[in-house]
Amino acid sequence: MPPTTQDKRKTAPRAGSRGRAVPELIFGDLWEYDPAPETADPKLKARYDLFIGGEFTAPKAGAYFDTINPATEQKLADVALAGQADVDAAYRAAQRAFDTTWGRMPGRERAKYLYRVARLLQDRAREFAVAETLNGGKPIKESRDFDVPMAAAHFFYHAGWADKLDYVAPGRKIAPLGVVGQVIPWNFPLLMLAWKLAPALAMGNCVVIKPAETTPITALKLAEIFQQAGLPPGVVNIVTGAGETGAAVMAHPTPVKVAFTGSTEVGKVIMRSLAGTDKKMTMELGGKAANIIFDDAPLDQAVEGVVNGIFFNQGHVCCAGSRLLVHEPVADRVLAKLKNRVRVLRVGDPMDKNTDLGAINSRQQLEKIGELVDSGVKEGAEIFQPPCRLPAKGFFFRPTLFSGVTQSHRIAREEIFGPVLSILTFRTVDEAVEKANNTAYGLSAGVWTDKGSRILKLSTELKAGVIWANTFNKFDPASPFGGYKESGFGREGGRQGLLDYAKLT
Amino acid sequence: MLAQPSQAAFRRLLDEIGTVDAVGVEERVAKFTSRSIKKASKVKGLATAVSMVDMTTLEGKDTPGKIASLCQKALRPSEDPSVPPVAAVCVYSAMVRHAKRHVAGTAVKVASVATAFPSGQTGLRTRLAEVRAAVGDGADEIDMVINRGAYLSGDYNRVKDEICAVLEACGGSALKVILEVGELETYDSIRAASFLAMSVLRPGDFIKTSTGKTTSNATLGNTQVMIEAIRDHFLDTGIAISMKPAGGIRTAKQALHYLVAVKETLGDAWLTNARYRFGASSLLNDLLRQLEKERTGAYQAPYYFSETAESY
Repeated sequence: MPPTTQDKRKTAPRAGSRGRAVPELIFGDLWEYDPAPETADPKLKARYDLFIGGEFTAPKAGAYFDTINPATEQKLADVALAGQADVDAAYRAAQRAFDTTWGRMPGRERAKYLYRVARLLQDRAREFAVAETLNGGKPIKESRDFDVPMAAAHFFYHAGWADKLDYVAPGRKIAPLGVVGQVIPWNFPLLMLAWKLAPALAMGNCVVIKPAETTPITALKLAEIFQQAGLPPGVVNIVTGAGETGAAVMAHPTPVKVAFTGSTEVGKVIMRSLAGTDKKMTMELGGKAANIIFDDAPLDQAVEGVVNGIFFNQGHVCCAGSRLLVHEPVADRVLAKLKNRVRVLRVGDPMDKNTDLGAINSRQQLEKIGELVDSGVKEGAEIFQPPCRLPAKGFFFRPTLFSGVTQSHRIAREEIFGPVLSILTFRTVDEAVEKANNTAYGLSAGVWTDKGSRILKLSTELKAGVIWANTFNKFDPASPFGGYKESGFGREGGRQGLLDYAKLT
Repeated sequence: MLAQPSQAAFRRLLDEIGTVDAVGVEERVAKFTSRSIKKASKVKGLATAVSMVDMTTLEGKDTPGKIASLCQKALRPSEDPSVPPVAAVCVYSAMVRHAKRHVAGTAVKVASVATAFPSGQTGLRTRLAEVRAAVGDGADEIDMVINRGAYLSGDYNRVKDEICAVLEACGGSALKVILEVGELETYDSIRAASFLAMSVLRPGDFIKTSTGKTTSNATLGNTQVMIEAIRDHFLDTGIAISMKPAGGIRTAKQALHYLVAVKETLGDAWLTNARYRFGASSLLNDLLRQLEKERTGAYQAPYYFSETAESY
């Protein structure tokens, strides 16, 4: 560009077609919020052992790994690394518990334990929220207002089912499966634990579960609550470690069912390893959800929903609305509104009560996000990031909008699992459906329109397990959650979720 | 069947400016209430709120004496000299000349409700005469009510024409257009009425939620719908309209939530009493009480604050 043009741009940064300055909002520091750190004690231990047979047990090989705070990169605790022998011991304990206590206990007795767990979790909610944020990097307001209360709600909900199981499948006899193996991801460490444990336990199963390598702490703190609640030994066994431990949990001969939440890539590996066995499976895998905004939508609320859909938990959400499909007549307005909204997002210390976006969960994930964002720039999409200051230490990424994205961009096809939104446009309803379904995934979708009939039409045509209308990322223990296509199978929550842990005769 | 003319007109208006989803608005504003405003930012926020208060007395029993004490409080809300005066005193038109006597030559403005406040149910000529009288007596600002009867029957042009007529009668005084959100009921209606008013207002004129005389007044939700309308109007036309929520804002904490909404929706340019006001009577002393608490670390009894409304 010739220098004269550049100079002109500097003196009059934005001028309208008739030479009038384009009005702009100022989001400056006239009234800055002071730091408001949450100060509750997370009551962490320096070393966490495995939870097997109701006791904290040192790993047989004596190996431990560090778990860190992704916002500071500082070590929080030593966590036991479970080997094959530990996984064997965990499954033995689970089988014993199933055969001797839990599997034979009347549902109304099991319910008492689950209610107790839920109440104890509520009692210690603040402590758990702080621990969750320290270990995972999510903003304290999310762990405080969403993760912990929602986890408690799942225990409450399923406790309520435990003595009413005869009504889950009327006319059939219902029984627990036995021992189940579960592996959960790092994006909602405590909540995913509750999603997996509560229905399994309510139904009368016993569990061996492996939390994610980067976020084991709240699972092991919940083990303390199991002890406090007097849960019979072996009903829940928690083994910590990385991929190898997870593979040992999934491939073990004892469990009659395995449940996995995580990436599609790992889900495929697990399914391959279990092919030919008669184990039951549920898989809750990746997603690339489309949020579809029509020209008659309430735009400000749609923009808010889109922001909530992609920046909630730094975008580490399998059902995140990572693709935005906008009706062409309103595309420019929606983009302008999105930019103004993203400019007031607060990125930084997850422990600050005013933080909207916390830390990315791990260096590895940060690098993956960076790599995909680079590919978006390289492939010609237009990037927008607000000029917020990021902390010097820790893993942080600016909220990112990509406009001018097409179906064949990598950022429109691959799951980024970070705060990155890809914006595409469409012209007709059919085109919106076609584009939304043009993905290997099918976990969730969002529709924004004032027209009720269009919502009903799209809810049948979109191939996704959950479809939100004029809202996004709403969860309830009573509402089944799960995917289509490469987003997995099986449902969690509600009556359907219970059926996935039941034997019907 | 074709829609009734009034419905068609409303539909056309909404097609132009877009609709509002009630659940979404309320979710948005709930986030404002979870902001944690502490220490220096709290002091700054409270002082800003003090400077934005329109101290109001709108009662049948108002007397020149009552107005005098209100004005004194407005000029010097607290013994602490760092506390700024409020933005304005807001009184009935008959009281304007008494108020003017006390605040003339100061930063405190005299605002007068006019146009047969609060119902507006008199002939236009009568309403305009009241506006002219108030301006003649020295009112710097006029708070008018829109013709809700005309609005709800779909006669939007009449609503707009009447605002224009009042605007003309205002001369150089600023105009605040009260939508009376409690009688419009839906967020769609509030957004539409905001745009109707803004389409004829000058930069620096206000839209205002309510009279305080009905059961439902300013909420974070309806104020959010209005400031989003102001933002959209500003980005489309460059004309900056000001905002005044009124009625129902009684505590300092509420006021801070309203300011958070301004900061995160309209930005810094609206964090001034030229662009934002609180219409309230009991809010001021709670703001002062919280400022005192920040200064001394202890809450003071209400009787340490002058003109307190609470009983003790």
